[in-house]
Amino acid sequence: MNLDKVSDRGDMASPRKKGIRFSRLYSFSCFRSSFRDEHSQIGLKGYSRVVYCNDPGNQEQILPSYPKNYVSTTKYTALNFIPKSLFEQFRRVANIYFLVVACVSYSPLAPYSAYSVLLPLLLVIGATIGKEAVEDWRRKKQDIEANNRRVKVYDKDRGFLKERWKNLRVGDLVKVHKDEHFPADLLLLSSSYEDGICYVETTNLDGETNLKVKHALDVTCTLNEDNSFEHFKAVIKCEDPNEDLYSFVGTLYYNDKQHPLSLQQLLLRDSKLRNTDYVYGVVVFTDHDTKVMKNSMEPPSKRSKIERKMDKIVYVLFTLLVFVSLVGSFFFGIMTENDIDDDGEMRRWYLRPDQTTAFFDPNNALMAAFLHFLTGLMLYGYLIPISLYVSIEIVKVLQVIFINQDINMYHEETDGPATAKTSNLNEELGLVDTILSDKTGTLTCNSMEFVKCSIAGTAYGRGLTEVERALAKRRGDALDDSEVTSSASLQSDDGMAPGESVKGFNFYDERVLNGQWVNEPHADMIQKFFLVLALCHTAIPEVDEEGKGILYEAESPDEAAFVISARELGFEMYERTQSHISLRELDHESHQKIDRQYELLHVLEFSSSRRRMSVIVRNVEDQLLLLSKGSDSVMLERLSKNSQDFEDVTMEHVKRYAEAGLRTLVLAYRELSKEEFSSWENEFMDAKATVGPDRDALIEAAADKIERDLILLGATAVEDKLQKGVPECIERLEKAGIKIWVITGDKMETAINIGFACSLLREDMEQIVITLDSPEIIELERKGDKEAVAKASRKSIMNQIRQGTLLLSSSGGHFSFLALIIDGKSLSFILSEDLEGPFWQLAVSCSSVICCRSTPKQKALITRLVKKGTGRTTLAIGDGANDVGMLQEADIGVGISGVEGMQAVMASDFAIAQFRFLERLLLVHGHWCYRRISMMVCYFFYKNIAFGFTLFWFEAYASFSGQPAYNDWYMSCYNVFFTSLPVIALGVFDQDVSPRLCLKNPELYQEGIQNMLFSWPRILGWILNGIICSVVVFFFTTSSAVHQAFTGDGRVLDFEAHGVYMYTCVVWAVNCQMALSINYFTWMQHLVIWGSIVVWYAFLLIYGAFPPLFSTTAYQVFVEACGPSPIFWLGTLLAVVSCLLPYVLYRTVQTEFFPMPHDIIQKWQRETSDDRRSKLREKDTLLCK
Amino acid sequence: MSSDDGSSKKVSRKPRYSRFTQQELPACKPILTPALVIGILMCLGIISIPIGLLALSASKNVVEVVDRYDDVCIPSTDQKVGFIKDPATNKTCIRTFTIPKKMRKPVYVYYQLDNFYQNHRRYVKSRSDRQLWNPKAESSTTVCDPEGQTGDGKPIVPCGLIAWSLFNDTYMLSKNDAALQINKKDIAWRSDRTHKFSSNIYPKNFQNGTLIGGGKLDESIPLSQQEDLMVWMRTSALPTFRKLYGKIETDLEANEKITVTIQNNYNTYSFNGKKKLVISTATWIGGKNDFIGKMYMAVGGTSIVLGVIFSLLYVFKPRPLGDPSYLSWNKSPTLD
Repeated sequence: MNLDKVSDRGDMASPRKKGIRFSRLYSFSCFRSSFRDEHSQIGLKGYSRVVYCNDPGNQEQILPSYPKNYVSTTKYTALNFIPKSLFEQFRRVANIYFLVVACVSYSPLAPYSAYSVLLPLLLVIGATIGKEAVEDWRRKKQDIEANNRRVKVYDKDRGFLKERWKNLRVGDLVKVHKDEHFPADLLLLSSSYEDGICYVETTNLDGETNLKVKHALDVTCTLNEDNSFEHFKAVIKCEDPNEDLYSFVGTLYYNDKQHPLSLQQLLLRDSKLRNTDYVYGVVVFTDHDTKVMKNSMEPPSKRSKIERKMDKIVYVLFTLLVFVSLVGSFFFGIMTENDIDDDGEMRRWYLRPDQTTAFFDPNNALMAAFLHFLTGLMLYGYLIPISLYVSIEIVKVLQVIFINQDINMYHEETDGPATAKTSNLNEELGLVDTILSDKTGTLTCNSMEFVKCSIAGTAYGRGLTEVERALAKRRGDALDDSEVTSSASLQSDDGMAPGESVKGFNFYDERVLNGQWVNEPHADMIQKFFLVLALCHTAIPEVDEEGKGILYEAESPDEAAFVISARELGFEMYERTQSHISLRELDHESHQKIDRQYELLHVLEFSSSRRRMSVIVRNVEDQLLLLSKGSDSVMLERLSKNSQDFEDVTMEHVKRYAEAGLRTLVLAYRELSKEEFSSWENEFMDAKATVGPDRDALIEAAADKIERDLILLGATAVEDKLQKGVPECIERLEKAGIKIWVITGDKMETAINIGFACSLLREDMEQIVITLDSPEIIELERKGDKEAVAKASRKSIMNQIRQGTLLLSSSGGHFSFLALIIDGKSLSFILSEDLEGPFWQLAVSCSSVICCRSTPKQKALITRLVKKGTGRTTLAIGDGANDVGMLQEADIGVGISGVEGMQAVMASDFAIAQFRFLERLLLVHGHWCYRRISMMVCYFFYKNIAFGFTLFWFEAYASFSGQPAYNDWYMSCYNVFFTSLPVIALGVFDQDVSPRLCLKNPELYQEGIQNMLFSWPRILGWILNGIICSVVVFFFTTSSAVHQAFTGDGRVLDFEAHGVYMYTCVVWAVNCQMALSINYFTWMQHLVIWGSIVVWYAFLLIYGAFPPLFSTTAYQVFVEACGPSPIFWLGTLLAVVSCLLPYVLYRTVQTEFFPMPHDIIQKWQRETSDDRRSKLREKDTLLCK
Repeated sequence: MSSDDGSSKKVSRKPRYSRFTQQELPACKPILTPALVIGILMCLGIISIPIGLLALSASKNVVEVVDRYDDVCIPSTDQKVGFIKDPATNKTCIRTFTIPKKMRKPVYVYYQLDNFYQNHRRYVKSRSDRQLWNPKAESSTTVCDPEGQTGDGKPIVPCGLIAWSLFNDTYMLSKNDAALQINKKDIAWRSDRTHKFSSNIYPKNFQNGTLIGGGKLDESIPLSQQEDLMVWMRTSALPTFRKLYGKIETDLEANEKITVTIQNNYNTYSFNGKKKLVISTATWIGGKNDFIGKMYMAVGGTSIVLGVIFSLLYVFKPRPLGDPSYLSWNKSPTLD
C-alpha cells in the first residue's frame, strides 16, 4: 500500500517518521472541533463520565466501577440458563396451557396417566431449550474469540505489552496496529502520521465501505512514540454511554487546559484501522458501554400472517373444545345425578354411587359436572395439539435449509448464497402484495462504470446503456447493426469483447482508446480532460497482491471509476504522497509513456453543499493548474464568460446522458498565474487558521474565489448498471400481481427512464405524475411565502390526485396499466397534510409506483404507510445502511448482500446476492412455503380433530364419564409416531408445481396474495372433513362389531380391542388422506406415509408384547383379538374408504368445475405430451443460457 | 467481526448440488384427473360389491336365537328391585324356544346386557392388575375403592367394582329333557388366563361386605381358572354388550325345542337394563351382523353410480382445463 510505503520509507530515513500532513488533503472535514453548547453540560446529568487516562491506580477511577472490556453477548450464563430458559419457554401461552394440563394430569381429574402428557411436553420444551443452548453456545464461542484477542496496552514499567481484550479497563492506553479492530471505544491521541489523523473503516457499524478520517487533537498529536507516554496523564470528562453513533461530546483536561472532544477523536469498537500504521488511544467506553454494543438492538421480531391466523384458529378450536367439554359435562351431570333416585336407591349400583368421590357424586352433581368439565378439557385437548407448534418450527428450519441451499439463488461472483436469517417468515414470502425497493445497489449494481464522455463538444463512447436500449425499443427505432453488435459485445456479461473487462470501465470508442485520441482535433483538451480524471480526486493507489496492477481506494464508486478510466486511457496514477501525485502518462506529442510528477498544492474536496471538487497542482512545466469537476448546474455558473463555443453542445450531451440514466459531471480547468495563486493561498491559509464558528464559511468563501472563470473541458457519464435480469424479474413479479414501488433519490426524468429500463414502466401504461415542480410553486417558494406555498401545493396535489383517480376509473380499474410517479416533496406534503386517503386509493390501484427525489428517511415512512394502507404483506428490499429502517418496518425485509456493507443484511430477514433472485425466492420458495405451511396447518387440525372427535363420540356412549377410548400411550404417540413425519414431509417437500412452471406461470402466486389456501372456508372445510372422518370411523367400527361375535371363535369385541380397531382406522384414514392431499411423491413421502402405518402395527406388536402390568390394555390385543378377526381388516378398509370418499369427490368436483390456479397448471403439465414437454425443457435451458 | 480476516483460506459458500437439496428428486405427481377418478370409483365398486356380498352371505349363514328374559322372569311389576335384591326369593325361571335352523357346533351361548356402562371411567379404573397377577401385591387395592378392602381392612381379592359386580345369572339348557352340556372352558382370552390372572391367587374376602354386588367366586379355584370372571373383567366398549357364557359342543337341529332354566340373580332392574340370552353360531366373519356386508354394497354401489355420472359429464361436457390462459386473473375486472 502506497501510504504505508511512504511512511515505511520515512521510518527508514530517520527514526522520527516523516508523516504526511494529510490534513492538507482534507480542507473541510478535518475542522477542529470547537466548544459547542453540549460541552457546557459536561459533568451534568447524562454527561457524567470521568476517565483518568493512564492512571490505573487512581482511586477515583476505580470508584465508579466501569466494567472491564469483557464482552458477553450470550443470553444466558451457566447459572441462570435453566431458570431463564424455562421462563422464556413458558412465556408462550400454549406452553403454559400444556404445563397446566400436565400438572392437572397428576390429579385424579385426568382421564389418562400423567406421564403420557408430561413426556411430550418435556420433549418439546427440551428440544427448544436445546436449540437455545446451541445458539447461545455459538455466541459464547464468538465472545471467547473476541475477548481473547490481543492488543498492546501500556504499562508504566514495561511499556506496551500484549494483553487480552477482556482485560482492558477504562483509562488504559492502547496501541492499535494497521488492519486491527479497535477493542473498545477509544479516544484517539495520536497516530503514525505527524498530524494525528488515521483512516477507519466502519463497515461493521454502518455498512459504508469508504474510509473515514479521524483526527487527534493537536495537543496530543505529538505523543506518537511508545516512550512518550511515561508522564502522560489526562482526564476525560464526557457523555454517558449512549447508542448515538454520530455524536460524541467530551472534554480533555490535559496540561491544565481544557480541550473539546468530538466524534472526530472517537474510534469505535468493531471498526478497523486502515492505511495507518498504528494509533495510540485511551479506552473510554468498554463492554456494553460501547456505542456498537448499545446499538446492537434485537431486530423487531416479526410473525407471519399465517401464524397470526393460526392463533385465531386455535381460539376457534379452543371454543370448540370448551363447547364439547360443556356438552359432555352437561350430560354427565344429569346422568350422575340420576345415579341415585329420589328414594335414595342406587340406579347404576355397579358404580357404587353411594360411596363415591367428588368426581362422581350424585348428591353434588353440579360439582361433579364442573370437575368433569376440567377432565373434558384435558381429554379433548387433542384438538389443540402441542405438536403443531413443534412441527411447524421443525418444518420452517428445514425449509430455510432448502432456501439456503438453492443453487439457483447462488451468485458466483460475490460467492453469495441466499440466506434466510429467520425461519419465521418463510410462508410470508408467498403472500407478498407490494414490494418496496431501493434503487442504487438493489436494482442497479452500484458499481459505477465510465461509459461515455463529451470532450470539447464531441461525444465519445459507443456503448449503449440498458436504459438507452429500452428507450430505443420504446421508440421502435431499429438499432443499426454495428451498434447492436458493439453494444451486445459490450453489455454481454461474460466479458467485453475489446480486451478484458475492467471493473468500473465500460467505455468503448476506437477514436480515444489505445492512445488514438492524440489524433483527434482537440487533443490538448482531451489530454486536460484525462488529467482532471487522473488528478482531481482523493483516491489512494494500492499495488495489488501480485504486484502487477494498481488498485484504488476511493471514497465513492464514482471516483474509483474516474481514476480507473484515467488509467485505462493512459493516465495511470501510481503514487500519491502528501505533496505529489505521480502519473504514468502518454504524451500526446511524443506518443511515449512517461512518468510525470504533479505537485499537489491544495485539495478543495467534494461536499454535498459545494457539489464540486477542485485540486490545484503544479506540473513539470511549472504551470499552476486548477482542475475542477462538479455537477452541471454548479459548474455552469462558474465557467468563464468568454468560454468555449461548445458549451451548448456539451450541455446538450449532458442532458442526453441524464436521459439515458447516467450520472453526469462537468469537468473544467483553469490556469492560475503565480501572483493570483499566492495571494489566494494567503487568504485561504488565513481562513483555515481561523478558530471560531465562522471558519467554515470563510474557507468556503475562499475556495469559491479561486473556483471561477473556468474553462469547460467536457462532461463524463457514469452508468450505475442495472443488475442482470432485473427487467425480466420485475416483469414476472408484476405478472404475478405483485405491486412494485421503487424509492429512489434520482431526478424524476432519470427515475422514469430507469423505470422503463427495468420494465417497471411500459409503453402501454398510463403514467400518473404527482409533482410539486411546477413553475408557480417554485415562484412562490422563491418569494418565501410559506403559507401561500402550502396552499398552492395542496391545491396542485389535490388536482393531480383527482386527475389520476379519473384516469383510474376511466380505465375500468385495470390497475396493471397504471403507474404512479411521485416526488419526495409531494409525498412528504401528502403525508403531513392528511391527504393520505385519496392518495392511497390511487396508489394501491397502480401496479407500479416510483417515488423519486425521496430521502432515506422517507423510505421507512412510506413502508409503514403502505403496510398500514393496504393491510397486505409488504416486502422491502435494499442493500445499504439507509435501507435498514425500511427493511425492519416491512413485513419482510430482504437485504442484498454484495457490494455495500453488512448493515442491511444484518437487519434483513432474508439476504440474497442479486435482485433477480427475488423472483425465485417469492414465486418458487414463497409459493411453496406458503402452500406447505397452510396445507400443513389445515391438515394438522384435520388429523387432530378426526382423532379427538372419535374420543367424543365414544364418550357419548360411555355416559360422558371421561374414559378415553384408547390406551394412554396410543394417545400420546398419535402426534409423535403415527402421524408426525408425513405432515413434516408435507411441510418440507411438497411441491404442487415444479419450479420451472412456478416461474413460467407467475399467476400462480395469486393463490398467496388472495390467500386462497388459508381462507376460512378452506380451514373450516378441513375441520369439517375431520369431523366427518371421526363420525365415519366411530360409527363404522361400532356398528360393524356391536355385540355379536367379533372373531370366528365366538369371542366378542371388548373395550381394549375396540380401541385398537378404531385407532387403526384413524391412523389409516389420516395417513391416506395425507397421501391424497400431497402433490409430490418421492420415495421419502412413500416411506413416511406408509411407514407411519407400519409403525403403528409394529408399535402394537411390541407394546403388546410387554408384560400386562406395563402394557395394560394393549397386552396381546392385536395378536390375540384383532389380528385374527376378518372384521377388523374388512372394517378398517371400509372405514378408511368411506372417510376418504367425500374428500375425493369434493376434490374432483372442485378441480373439474372450480379449479384453482395450481390445479390448472398441474393439469396443463400433465396434458402436454411428453415430447412437447421435453422440447419445452430444451427451449428453457437455451433461454437460461 | 473477523469475517474478513480469514479470507485467504475462504471456502466457497456455494451450495453443493444434489437432487435432494435442489428439491428435484424423481417424484410421482398424482393428479385427480377425471379419467383417474372414474377409474378409481369403478374399481372401488367392482371390489366392494363382491366383498359385501361375501360378508353378507357369511352373516346370513349365522343362526342366532335371542331371548329377552329380564321382563318375564320377574313376578310383579312394582317390586322388581326388591325382588331381585332379596336373596331369599326363588329366582328360577324357565324359558323355551325353537331352533329356527340347524346350528352346527360349536354353538355359543352369550348373555347380553343393555344400558350397562362397563365403559364408565369410575368402573373401568376400578381394578388392580397388580393384585391379580402378583401374589405379593395382594394389598395394592387403592385403585379399587370402595371395593378395595373389607370393613375390617382386609384386602379383597379380586378387588374393584368390576369384579364386585360380576354377572351371576346362570343358564341350564336342555333339549328334549336332556341337559345340554355348556362348556365353560376356554371362553376367556388366552392372555388373560396365562398372563393377567395368576394361578397362585385365590379369591379372598370376596363379596363379604354388607352390600353384595354380583356373583360370588369359589375360593378354592385360582383366578386363572375363573373364566367367567375374566370374561366379565374384559370390560365392554359400549353400554350394550354380549359376553360369552359358554359353548355347546353339539349340533342343534332345526325346530328343536330348547328349554332354559335361568337363575335370574343379576340386578339390571335398578337401571332399567335388559337381559337377553343369546345362542348363536359363528362363521369366519363372527356373529350375525349385516352391517359390514351392507355398507360394502352401499359404498360399492355409490362409487359405481358416481363413476357413471362422472363419465357422462366427462363425455358430454368436457372441460379444456389444462389451459394456463384460464389463469389470466388480471383480465378480470372484478378483482380489487
